[in-house]
Amino acid sequence: MKQSRAVNILFVAPCVFAFIMIIIIPFFFGLYYSVTDWNGVSNKVNFVGLRNFSNLASSPDFVYSFLITIGYTLINIVLINVVSFILSLIVTSKIKRRNFYRAGFFVPYLIGGIVLGYIWQFILNNILVSVGTAYSIKFLETSFLSLPHTVIWTMSVVNTWQYAGYIMLIFVASIQSIPSSLMEAANVDGAPYFSRVIHILLPMMANAFTISLFLTLTTSFKQFDMNLTLTNGGPATRFMDAPVKASQLLAMNIFNTATANRMAEAQAKAVVLFVALLVVSLIQVSVNKKKEVEM
Amino acid sequence: MSDTVKLRKKNRTLKPEMLVLEILTILLFILFMFPFFMVVLNSAKTSREIIFNAIALPSSWKQLLTNVSLIFNNPTVDYLGAFVDSILITVFSLLVIAVCSSMAAWVLVRNKTWWSTLLFMAFVSAMVIPFQVLMYPLVRWMRVSGSFINIRLLGTIPGIVFAYLGFGSPLSIFIFHGFIKNIPLEIEESATIDGCPRGQIFFKIVFPLLQPIIVTVLILNGIWIWNDYLLPLLVLGSNGRVQTIPIAVTAFAGAYLKQWDLILTSTLIAMLPIIVLYIFAQRYIIKGMVEGSIK
Repeated sequence: MKQSRAVNILFVAPCVFAFIMIIIIPFFFGLYYSVTDWNGVSNKVNFVGLRNFSNLASSPDFVYSFLITIGYTLINIVLINVVSFILSLIVTSKIKRRNFYRAGFFVPYLIGGIVLGYIWQFILNNILVSVGTAYSIKFLETSFLSLPHTVIWTMSVVNTWQYAGYIMLIFVASIQSIPSSLMEAANVDGAPYFSRVIHILLPMMANAFTISLFLTLTTSFKQFDMNLTLTNGGPATRFMDAPVKASQLLAMNIFNTATANRMAEAQAKAVVLFVALLVVSLIQVSVNKKKEVEM
Repeated sequence: MSDTVKLRKKNRTLKPEMLVLEILTILLFILFMFPFFMVVLNSAKTSREIIFNAIALPSSWKQLLTNVSLIFNNPTVDYLGAFVDSILITVFSLLVIAVCSSMAAWVLVRNKTWWSTLLFMAFVSAMVIPFQVLMYPLVRWMRVSGSFINIRLLGTIPGIVFAYLGFGSPLSIFIFHGFIKNIPLEIEESATIDGCPRGQIFFKIVFPLLQPIIVTVLILNGIWIWNDYLLPLLVLGSNGRVQTIPIAVTAFAGAYLKQWDLILTSTLIAMLPIIVLYIFAQRYIIKGMVEGSIK
């Protein structure tokens, strides 16, 4: 008994120690720093109450970042799930080489956000623009990344390109777990393809949609790497009578605030991100779970 | 007779909606692969060639080798060093995560006490904390605690591997936990009766049984760690002695503004290892990704 107790402690110790050192302690420091005047340079940190948080509401760049992050997340959720669903239907159909396509659509997910940001910057700023000028296609002549009203949509398209193959895999697994007799029975009954998809496939895939919505929501909300290398926040635009960066999502706003040594302010923004993410994902999962039960 | 068979076969393959689907899928596939084609194409060009015509085929594929050697022999960015460091960091982190998390998960499953439930709940709920809340306090905490125990945690490989253990263990423990729950206890009980010490039961009996789920854990963490940018940036610094591939790629893009021949070649080298791995271990990677997301 004594020996097994020693083994228990020894076996959980590395993970628990790393977990406390890397997550728990920094987490509580993080909450504490958000109500201080921490600047990252001085060793003296003073408590200032909720001042950092009340300042955020009147800071145009933060309000702007917060709003476009919500918009970006909504666009992503729709775009990624629709594209992934179509892809999953394709690779589970009777089409030739379906396994090859499935493997291919997943490849972009393997490439990190930093690398694919540069690749897409090249494609959008160089390839498309040079095609546009060579064949005088008006809307291609200026890069989609240089206009404030197209840049968020463009980032969403790039993000969809990266994530669709991954979400597709989740949908495929779900489709393959549906007994094929169900679809075949409907086929014999003469139900057309689209009504079979809507009335049989979609309800049976409710669980997969819960997962995919959660994943697309949380990853879009925390998006940073691709944002950094694709647009670095640009181009400039105006919001609440102040200059702001048109594509600076929340995570990048936090990063830039901290780079400017406004550490406490960055920490307060991060806490807002945390709470928003927590609330939204709790609502999303509970709503979806309720739907799953009903179906 | 044989003619009618042939005709029937032909009819089946030429079913109009299948043909449309085939063509649409091929177009979609080309669209998905287009960025990769462009990277390969333009990695084999000089900077001038790219500006002149970004979509044309390169005049000589030898330029690809020239560009690669330019990258590896670059005086400002130690790309080869970053490549080696990235491999070391990924391999050591995966090793530590796989061994430590499976040990911890096993203890947490096999002991049904208040503390094992509490620990498990702590690990699971920590997964909702976004990295942005932790990152700056973590850097400060690693500096302070490192100087306290007189081990450099910032800027060293052991330091970042320790950080990856902290960030990687919650999800990994969760995945192992779900798998170990389904391993019958009888196998371990009979070994206990035979007098096998408790610690050895894990390594001799349980650990070999975990092999399929270890692959899942390695793939999930491997893709993340190889492509990760923010944690290495903060822990190792952008021009520290130890570097990773994503940091080196951003260093290239920063030092050689708009020199797409070098930037694209550096992204090509960054993608290559993971794509080659994917070609050989595609089945495991797809399975691992699906299992990791559904759990």
